[in-house]
Amino acid sequence: MPFALVVGVFGVAFGVLARSAGMGWAAPIAMSATTFAGSSQFAAASVLDAGGAASAAIAAALLLNARYVPIAVSTASTFRGGRLRRFLEAQLVVDESWALSRRPDGSHDRTILLGSGLVLGLAWVGGTVIGSLGSHALGNPDRFGLDAAFPALFLALLWRQVRSRREVAAAAAGAAIALALVPFTPPGVPIVAAAAACLIGLER
Amino acid sequence: MSAVWVIVIAVGAGTMAMKALGPVLLGGRPLPRRLAGPLRLLAPSLLAALVVTNVFASGRDLVLDARALGLAAAVLALALRAPLLVAVAVAAAVTALARAVA
Repeated sequence: MPFALVVGVFGVAFGVLARSAGMGWAAPIAMSATTFAGSSQFAAASVLDAGGAASAAIAAALLLNARYVPIAVSTASTFRGGRLRRFLEAQLVVDESWALSRRPDGSHDRTILLGSGLVLGLAWVGGTVIGSLGSHALGNPDRFGLDAAFPALFLALLWRQVRSRREVAAAAAGAAIALALVPFTPPGVPIVAAAAACLIGLER
Repeated sequence: MSAVWVIVIAVGAGTMAMKALGPVLLGGRPLPRRLAGPLRLLAPSLLAALVVTNVFASGRDLVLDARALGLAAAVLALALRAPLLVAVAVAAAVTALARAVA
């Protein structure tokens, strides 16, 4: 499962960044275990690292994660059991497990969704433990181009998903919306706003 | 309680609630048909936005730096049908190399 390796490496990177942002060692690990959404955690840590307020860090992270409302809705019919079990299973939804489990018809493979979510979660938390406890040995992760590995991962996922002309149009529109908003809105908002591009899928 | 733990708890609780909202409220019922079309296009929209903001944004500035070279290398690798992990590694390596040279 190559994803787990990548996610584990990102977990290490998050631990290192969070430590240098003054989050200590326990808080980043607790955050990885509960939030379990890499980009928002990086956002929160980098706001703190830049001297931003706690409220700004929270807002940036939650805005980035607002995408999980529609993402989890799209997987809702995949989960089983009572409310508590659904609540817990839904925590295993992350960008990667969602993309991996998506079938061409738009439904999701339950085994792949939960299995990959679990493996990715363990790799993410494990990586964070290594990063936050061993950060002194590693130095700046950007030196290894880790900040470019993150978008490359999303590009590779996108590459697999885009088949129809509508999907290409949605991707192009999403990218355009995001880029157009970057100068005018706080980080995180452009990504949430790009979700509006999916409206071109509305049936008349 | 320190500000750091306020962040950890607020973001953790908020994210868990947002992930669970649809699955808990909708249960096993299928989505209304009208929503299915847009939901199918959420992946490409959001992934594309994540790609461009992670490559071309630095705070509120649009920038062209070593990450763009890494992304171009990843595009090339994917066009040559390279596996996912190879494309990611190529992007990281090219970016790191560009920084080392610059």
